[in-house]
Amino acid sequence: MNWLNSAFVLATALLAVFWEAAFNGLRYLIGAQIDLLPALMVYAGLCTGITTVTLLAIFGGLWFDSLSANPLGVSVLPLFVVGLVIHVKRDLILRDQTFAQVVLGFAASAVAPVLTLLLLLTMRHTPLLGWGTLWQVGVMSVGGAIATPIFFELFSWLDHTLVHRRAAQSSFRADREIRRGRL
Amino acid sequence: MLRRPHYIALGLVVLLTLIILNLPSRTTARLKLGVGGLFLPLFGLAGSSQQAASAAGDTVIPRRELLRQLEGLRRENQQLRIQAQQTEDAVRENARFRQLLGWQRQAPWKLKPARVVLREPSNWWRTVQIDLGSRDGLQVNQPVLTAEGLVGRIASVSLTRSQVLLLGDPDCKVAAEIENETHDTGILGASSPLNRAFVEMGYLPGSANLKPGQLVKTSGNGGIYPRNIAVGTVVDAQPGDYGLATVARVKLAANLSALQEVWVMFP
Repeated sequence: MNWLNSAFVLATALLAVFWEAAFNGLRYLIGAQIDLLPALMVYAGLCTGITTVTLLAIFGGLWFDSLSANPLGVSVLPLFVVGLVIHVKRDLILRDQTFAQVVLGFAASAVAPVLTLLLLLTMRHTPLLGWGTLWQVGVMSVGGAIATPIFFELFSWLDHTLVHRRAAQSSFRADREIRRGRL
Repeated sequence: MLRRPHYIALGLVVLLTLIILNLPSRTTARLKLGVGGLFLPLFGLAGSSQQAASAAGDTVIPRRELLRQLEGLRRENQQLRIQAQQTEDAVRENARFRQLLGWQRQAPWKLKPARVVLREPSNWWRTVQIDLGSRDGLQVNQPVLTAEGLVGRIASVSLTRSQVLLLGDPDCKVAAEIENETHDTGILGASSPLNRAFVEMGYLPGSANLKPGQLVKTSGNGGIYPRNIAVGTVVDAQPGDYGLATVARVKLAANLSALQEVWVMFP
């Protein structure tokens, strides 16, 4: 992984936050807006370094809060906790398996908003809560579960298309070439 | 297992979060506007693509349909002009009576149209952002409404955009009055997380005579919203606070889910 991949992740986070604020068709159909940042964090936690995870948590969280009525910075820590846990355990996870991506996306999209809500309540804010919140968290989890494999496919395609790869060293050596005679 | 870089990153994030959350509210508001400024190119892009799409849609509408709409609007315009003349007479008469009684003259509402550009990305607040800001003279706490009724109030203002706190948000309380014999007053509070069309009206007297369909308007108490802005209608009511008060469910007149254009009221 290189800096270009981190830049892709951050640019996707910016577009994801803008999409969440600008397009609300899903919210009126199913009663909740899907948060794409936890799904993106699953990708970052599994496929990038701790620097990218940290940058995504800080910038993604700040961008999200800047367009929301959340206090600025409240989404940073929940996103980072999700990313850090996945990053630390990534050697035990079959990251190429779609099923693993879906399960992790589901769990991350459920945990991140719950942690944010707990943080808000700890800070004595009064967010809109009720039985409907359970439905909203469920919808966000399912949305995150669907979005996670899509992010993996997207970044895999971007990686193959735009990132330069060194040609693999050939096993051919001139001194080991078998020279054939006329016969 | 956590390694050294993980501890450093965790410490950095915790420290940064604590610093940002403990900044003075004014600094945080400025920081929020600064960070939000990064989305300005995307605003422009989304706006121009929307305009292009609507222009493309306009070219498809047949001329006959446009002429039919024009004729309908002309008729409506004439009717509204006649109604405006009648209203003007009534306003003049009202002002004369107020002068005779020595009451303060009622100022007409000054309104400015605004377009809704963004909605709340999280599910636990009710806000939208509009395309008017401090350069258009907007200030915090100005009421925002549509032709149907009250929408909310301005919560924060940047140079080119403002955040509107919608009715139903836990931080948007409105002093309201029910149009019944006793003119019961109460406070409009939060909505349920899923249903944006209804809000709770609390602090109504326990003896309030509430019936479904009664109109709810702003009472003018509290100093933010002027009197007589339509809010909605009573749907049902039940006793609250051990029978000492009544809690009513109010259906909002304005459709907050489909806000495209709103009006900002100036003092």
